[in-house]
Amino acid sequence: MASPGVTAGAGLPLRARRRRVGEDVVKGALALCALISVATTVGIVVALFVPAFEFFQEISVVDFLTGRNWSPLFEPAHFGVLPLIGGSLLVTTLAALVAIPLGLGSAIYLSEYAGERARGVLKPALELLAGVPTVVFGYFALTFMTPLLRRIGIDVEIFNALSAGLVMGVMLIPTVASLSEDSMGSVPRDLRDGAYALGSTRVQVATRIVVPAAASGIIASFVLGISRAIGETMIVLIAAGQQPNLTLDPRQAIETMTAFIAATGAGDVPTGSLEYKTIFAVGATLFVMTLAMNVVSIRLVRRYREVYE
Amino acid sequence: MSRALKGGVFKALLLLSLAVGFVMLGALLVDVFRDGLPYVDWMLLSNPPSSSPLDAGARPAILATLYIAGLLLLLAVPVGVGTAIYLEEYASKTRWYNRLLEVNIQNLAAVPSIVYGILGLAFLVRGAGLGRVLLAGALILTLLVLPTVIIAAREAIRAVPDSIRQGGYALGATQWQVVSRQVLPAAIPGIATGSILALSRAIGETAPLIMIGAVTYIAFDPTLLGPFTALPIQIYSWVGLPAEEFKFLAAAAIVVLLGILLVMNALAIWLRNHYRRSW
Amino acid sequence: MNVTTIDHRALAAVAQGHGTESFASREPVFQVKDLAVAYSGNVAIHDVSLDVYKSSITAFIGPSGCGKSTLIRCFNRMNDLVPGATIAGDVLYHGKDLYARDVDPVEVRRRIGMVFQKPNPFPKSVYDNVAFGPRVLGLKDDLEARVEGALQRAALWDEVKDRLKGSALSLSGGQQQRLCIARALAVEPDVILMDEPASALDPISTTRIEDLMHELKRDYTIVIVTHNMQQAARVADMTAFFSVEVADDGRRTGVLVEYDVTAKIFTTPADKRTEDYVTGRFG
Repeated sequence: MASPGVTAGAGLPLRARRRRVGEDVVKGALALCALISVATTVGIVVALFVPAFEFFQEISVVDFLTGRNWSPLFEPAHFGVLPLIGGSLLVTTLAALVAIPLGLGSAIYLSEYAGERARGVLKPALELLAGVPTVVFGYFALTFMTPLLRRIGIDVEIFNALSAGLVMGVMLIPTVASLSEDSMGSVPRDLRDGAYALGSTRVQVATRIVVPAAASGIIASFVLGISRAIGETMIVLIAAGQQPNLTLDPRQAIETMTAFIAATGAGDVPTGSLEYKTIFAVGATLFVMTLAMNVVSIRLVRRYREVYE
Repeated sequence: MSRALKGGVFKALLLLSLAVGFVMLGALLVDVFRDGLPYVDWMLLSNPPSSSPLDAGARPAILATLYIAGLLLLLAVPVGVGTAIYLEEYASKTRWYNRLLEVNIQNLAAVPSIVYGILGLAFLVRGAGLGRVLLAGALILTLLVLPTVIIAAREAIRAVPDSIRQGGYALGATQWQVVSRQVLPAAIPGIATGSILALSRAIGETAPLIMIGAVTYIAFDPTLLGPFTALPIQIYSWVGLPAEEFKFLAAAAIVVLLGILLVMNALAIWLRNHYRRSW
Repeated sequence: MNVTTIDHRALAAVAQGHGTESFASREPVFQVKDLAVAYSGNVAIHDVSLDVYKSSITAFIGPSGCGKSTLIRCFNRMNDLVPGATIAGDVLYHGKDLYARDVDPVEVRRRIGMVFQKPNPFPKSVYDNVAFGPRVLGLKDDLEARVEGALQRAALWDEVKDRLKGSALSLSGGQQQRLCIARALAVEPDVILMDEPASALDPISTTRIEDLMHELKRDYTIVIVTHNMQQAARVADMTAFFSVEVADDGRRTGVLVEYDVTAKIFTTPADKRTEDYVTGRFG
C-alpha cells in the first residue's frame, strides 16, 4: 500500500516550496502568445500613423479633410479626401437602408414569431449568407445586380454605387439580424408574458416591449453593420468604380476609401513618395472612423449584457 | 384597419425581410453555378492561367489557397489557443493590463481587413523586405484571424466546468497539469470547430492579399517565398478582364472556392455535433 | 432533553461506545489556532481553535452559512484558488505551519486529499480517473496495481473491474462518488477531507459511503463537513458545532461553538446553542 516517495501516516515534513521552472516557462510562453495581439495593434497604429503624420507635414490636414478634389497621381496633384469619404458614405448609406430594416425585420420574426424548429433552420441558413466571401458578392454586384437595375429602368453606369450598396446591404443582413436577435432573446420571458396577460397583440409586444427593451443591443448591431460597410473593400472595388466623385447620385461611379487604398497599394507607387503615403493617410482616416464606431458598438453590447445577464 | 389585419400585414412584412436575404442568396448561387459550373473541369483545376480563356486554369491559385489554409492552421491556432489559455486560466482578471488585453482583442476583431493589408504592406513587404510572397500573405491573414480564434477558444475553455479543475487541483496537480490534462482535452472539440470556421473566413479574404501584392497572373505553382496568387485574387482578376469568357471562368473559380468553404464548414459542424458533450 | 430527533442507528452507535473515547492522548494531525478566513474583506468565519486527531473521523456540523466548507478548505489550501481570500491565525499540520512562506500548496494537496459534494469525475475512463493523481505526481511505477488497490479500498473494484476503460460519467451517482474517493486514495494521502460527500446521493449510497468511512479511518485521518447531524452522530468520533453570528449591521460570520467527542455533543452539550441545534429547535 505504501510506496516510496509518498508515505501515509506520520507526515513527512512537507517538501519546501520549490520553484517549478516548467510552470514559469509555460506561463511565459502563453503570455508571449497574448502579446502578439498587442503587437498587432501597435503595428497597425505605427504603420498607419507614422506615414500619415509625415504626409500631413506636406499636406495640411484642413486641405485634406475639406478638399473636394482627389487626384493624387495627376499634375498638379490634389489631396482633398472628401470624394473618397463621400463615396464610402454613399455606399454605406445605401447598404444601411437595406440591411437595417431587413435585418431588424428578420430578427423580430426569428425572435418573436418563429417556432423553435423554424428558428433552428432559418438562423443557420441566414448565417450562410454571412459566410460567402466578399469577392463573390462583388462579382454578383457587377454581373447580376447592375444588369438587373438597368433592365428595370434605372440608368446606372457600368460601375455605380447603387449595385454595390444594395448587394453590400444584403451581405450585412445577417450581421444586423444576428446581434439584434441575440439581444431580443435576452429579454426575459416575464416582460412578454406580462404584456400578453394584459391583452396585447404580438405586434404590440414585439414593437412596444421587446424592441425597446433590447434597444442597446439592436442599435449596437446597426452601428456594427455600418462600421463593416465602411470598411468593406471587395464589393466596391469590383462594382463601384475607381473614380473619385463627390456626388449624391448613386447611379454614378465613385471611389471609396477602401477601393482607393487597395488600388494604390497593389500598384507600383514608389515607397516613401507622397503618393505612397496617401495610402496611410486615407487608411488612418478609415481606421479612426471604424474604430470610433466599434467602440460605441462594443459599449452598447456590454450595456445590454449587463442588464440581462 | 382592424387589429388582426394589422397583425397580419406586420407579420407578412417581417417574413418578407427574411425572404429577401434568402432570395438574394439563392439568386447569387444560381447565377454563379449557372455561369460557372460548365467551366469547372479538370482544366480549371490543373492548368495555370493564360491570356486565352480557352485553356486558362486556376491551379496556382487553388494550390496557394490550400497552402495558406495549412499555414494558418500551423500559425493561428497555436497562438490563438495559447492566448485564450492565458486569458482564461492564468491572467488575474483584476489586473488592468489583462482587461486591456481583452478590449484590444475585441477591437482587433472589428478592424477592416484592408487595414491588416496596410499593416502587411508596411512591415512585411516593404519594411522587413520579405517581399510579395506567400509567407507574408499567410502571416497577415494569421493576424487577421487571430482574434476570432481567440474568442472561439475562450468560449470552449470557459465551457469546461470548474468542478473538473477543482478535482484536479485537489489531487495535487500543478496549474499546467490541470490545464493540459483536463481543461484542454475537454475543450478541443469546441476549439477545433471555432478554428475551422475562422479559417474558412480567412480563405475568402481578398483585400489584405491585394495589398501584400498577390499578383494576378502567375503561371507556376506557388512556393513559400515566391510570388503567389490565391483563389479570391484569381476571381478578382478574372472578373476585371474584358473578355466575356473570363467572367464565366471567374464564376467557375467561385464554385471551387465555395466548394472548399462548404467542406470546411461541414467538417466544423460535424465536429461540433459529434463531440457535443453535455455536462 | 428531547432525543426523538436522533435516529435509532445513531443512538445505537453512541450506546456501543462509539464516539465516546477521548482522543486527547492521540497525536494531533491538525492544530488550528485562532483561525479566521475572509473573502474580499468579508469575514466568513473566525475564532476557530481545535485539534484534529490521527485516525479519527472529525465532523463539522452547523447551519448553512456558518463557514464549515470554508474551514475545511483551509486544510488543503484550496482557498488559495479563490481570489481575494485571506487567512489569519495558524493551521499546523504535524506541527508545521501549513501557510508558511516556504510551503508548496501542491505538496500540501498531495498529502491532504479532498472529496467534493457533487461527484466530479473527469470526463475520462474509470482507469484514467484513478490514475490521474499518480501520473501527475510522477508515481508511474506499478500503476495498475495502484489503481486496483485504490478501487478496492473505495469498495468499488468489484463493480468496475470489467469496465475500467469505460467512461466514468456512465457510473451512477454513488459509484461516481466512490470513484472520486478512489481517486483521492490513489495518491496515498495522509488525510482525506470530505465536503458533504453524501448530500447529493440517495440513502443507500449514503450508507455505503458511511461504511466506507469507518473502514478508511484505520489508515487515514478523515474530516467531514455535513449538514446532516444524524450522519455526524453515526460516523464521527469528534464533532465540532459551528454557528452563525449576526452583527448589528446584518453581517453574518461563522464561529466555532463547541468541539468534543460526538457522544457528548449529542447527549450532554455544554453550550445552549449546541443543544438547540442537535435537538432540532433550529437549524
